[in-house]
Amino acid sequence: MNAPAPSRPVGLLAELTHRCPLGCPYCSNPLDLDARETELPTATWQRVFSEAAGIGILQLHLSGGEPASRRDLAELVAHAAKLGLYTNLITSGVGLNRAAVTKLAEAGLDHVQLSIQDSQPQSADHIAGYKGAFARKVEVASLVTETGLPLTVNAVIHRANVRRAGAMVELAVRLGARRVEIAHTQYYGWGARNRGLLMPSREEAEAAIEEVERLKTTLAGTIVIDHVAPDYHARYPKPCMSGWARRTLNVTPAGKVLPCHAAELIPGLEFWNVTQHSLEEIWNNSPAFNAFRGDEWMREPCRSCARKSVDFGGCRCQAFMLTGEAREADPVCHLSPHHRIVEEILAEARGEAAEPGAYAYRRMRPLPRSRGERLQGEDLDISAE
Amino acid sequence: MIDERALALSGASRPRLPRGVRLKHDDVRNEWLLLAPERVLKTNAIAVEILKRCTGEQSLDAIVDDLASTFTAERSTVEADVRTLLMELATKRLVDL
Ligand code: SF4
Ligand code: SF4
Repeated sequence: MNAPAPSRPVGLLAELTHRCPLGCPYCSNPLDLDARETELPTATWQRVFSEAAGIGILQLHLSGGEPASRRDLAELVAHAAKLGLYTNLITSGVGLNRAAVTKLAEAGLDHVQLSIQDSQPQSADHIAGYKGAFARKVEVASLVTETGLPLTVNAVIHRANVRRAGAMVELAVRLGARRVEIAHTQYYGWGARNRGLLMPSREEAEAAIEEVERLKTTLAGTIVIDHVAPDYHARYPKPCMSGWARRTLNVTPAGKVLPCHAAELIPGLEFWNVTQHSLEEIWNNSPAFNAFRGDEWMREPCRSCARKSVDFGGCRCQAFMLTGEAREADPVCHLSPHHRIVEEILAEARGEAAEPGAYAYRRMRPLPRSRGERLQGEDLDISAE
Repeated sequence: MIDERALALSGASRPRLPRGVRLKHDDVRNEWLLLAPERVLKTNAIAVEILKRCTGEQSLDAIVDDLASTFTAERSTVEADVRTLLMELATKRLVDL
């Protein structure tokens, strides 16, 4: 396939580990989580960060799983800071204490993004599948702001908390955040598995959107609100990843490099690994990155659509998941011949009042392995005082 | 022209980039960028000169004087540029006043 010359990447999402004490039912990690034994060692991550800086990456997002599950987190931050990368820690907060936060700040961390599951403690703990998570997060928020690190609170919106979207913005203000992300659930991986329990009714989603948009104005100058509205309700799809392989890359705990976190669900894509190739080679030549670069791959209606340079035909993963073909227009688009699939899913969405069900919590699968032994359920290493 | 809120900024305030917002010269692209949470902002030559002075040491008025004399420019033009940029960045919480 003839792909256009790649642009320069700006961001790298490093999934340092898939270990996480929480079990959010919308977690963006794949259903098949990388086991601890397969995680890249410290030196490899440091080499990857150096290569990232070399190809023009500006921002490094240290994510997971829970990145604090890695004992070498501060060491990794220090290396990235030395390279001048803007380092952002994306954390559940559970697993951080005063000593760990201080160490990260001293290592040169630039920013902390803390997830909050709900503004109601009980509901928050239920969603996270972890008792006491909410209280820990509130404590970590104050540790972060006391250290002088800027804080962003991140909340994922779904049926169980959709009526408190505004309350979560207000909670973020109380926690001292300068920025809050309110993102409606996206239905990949665990989110797709739990879709029936996560998707709010149209009325609820619209009320939440309106409330958050209102707060954007009233709270301007106090907190910055970044709002990711639910794409299922929109006329046009989101410009997913600002276009496939245009700005960012993802590295999995085991070193596989993906154009987006859900890309592995598209069959037939060949991903390269940082243990075999440099990041530059991967960015320029990896078949998975070139698969949907530019617009050569597009079908109608995208191919002749004026919006193709605006939304890039939407999300490849969603197109594949819903239509079985990744080259189709994202069926969220009302011009897509498959748009009725989205309408049918929406018609099934029930309100918050509906019977609550049992989430399939995101967990390391204790699956029987080839030789019959089982993977251990993972414990968290809380970074020592 | 300069908006009301920008006019209302105190000349005595000492603007500074908070932790988590950094002005960086990107050697790969050979340009100055403002790095912030989930954001990379391109900066023009004037913005770079203003932002370099947002260290919390100089007052807004002093920054304007400094720029006007360094670049032998009309003070009122410089002041409008400084106030407009600072107001815009403060609204996005990228500068503390
Ligand atoms: S979404 Fe929840 S379960 Fe997934 S990594 Fe983040 S905190 Fe852990
Ligand atoms: S047809 Fe394709 S390019 Fe046009 S708006 Fe829909 S998804 Fe976007």
